[in-house]
Amino acid sequence: MNVAFFIIALGTLATAAVAMSLRNLIHSALLLIGSWAGIAAFYLWAGAEFVAFGQVLVYVGAVSMVVLFAVLLTRHSRDDSGFEPDSIGRAVSALIVGGTVLGVLVGAVLSTPLKSATEVPAAVQVRSLGLQLMGPHAAALLVVGVVLTVALIGAVVIASPDRPADRKEEP
Amino acid sequence: MSFSDLHLCLLFSSALFCVGLIGVLARSNTILVLLGVELMLNAANINFIAFWRFGPTPEPATGVMFVLFAIAVAAAEAAVGLALVIAIYRHKKNIRLQEANTLKG
Repeated sequence: MNVAFFIIALGTLATAAVAMSLRNLIHSALLLIGSWAGIAAFYLWAGAEFVAFGQVLVYVGAVSMVVLFAVLLTRHSRDDSGFEPDSIGRAVSALIVGGTVLGVLVGAVLSTPLKSATEVPAAVQVRSLGLQLMGPHAAALLVVGVVLTVALIGAVVIASPDRPADRKEEP
Repeated sequence: MSFSDLHLCLLFSSALFCVGLIGVLARSNTILVLLGVELMLNAANINFIAFWRFGPTPEPATGVMFVLFAIAVAAAEAAVGLALVIAIYRHKKNIRLQEANTLKG
């Protein structure tokens, strides 16, 4: 059981770390999509199947496409794969800060006695998820729908080019 | 001393969070910074699932609900963030973070 967890965790962490250190932006984006797929595999391992499929649909399917289009739309030329390298000082200080945060987090996790469940909880049925979404969480579901609508319309408005009609060229 | 599964999941999500944090701090490409933020959000979601699955009192589906709403909000955030990146590129012809300093005091 734990072997699968270690494989998933190592794969996810390795792809994420390599993606954050590569120069080529498209390679980074593709590796990050692999990392999101690894997180979906973790959800499957943990028994949250519905969340795993939601992760695949939202991240691996939708957000990855948006990211790839953003990468392609912000390139100067076909050979413009990346950037001039970031400064070494920034990278070193970021590594120091990240390592410190990781040390603090690992120390806190390891020194906390966490009580684990003795028995495995029953698998969540999609039917009960739907009943909960439509029952106690109906208001939150509506609010999330409004948030998504407003955010996507706002994204289109922000990203759309200035229309010629706004320049008042016609009398 | 042996670690429980909950410890392992929390260590995994801590490491993923720090990878995202290092990416956010070290890179000057706006798209990569956004992707680092997404990684940190995903690490938080892993914590929710871990506590739901291995916690002492497994509530029916509370953690799953939380993660579903978090994924929805993260999708909205990614769309708006990438639209902002494209808008900045249209004005500056560049997406380096250091170039977008018009509001700098």
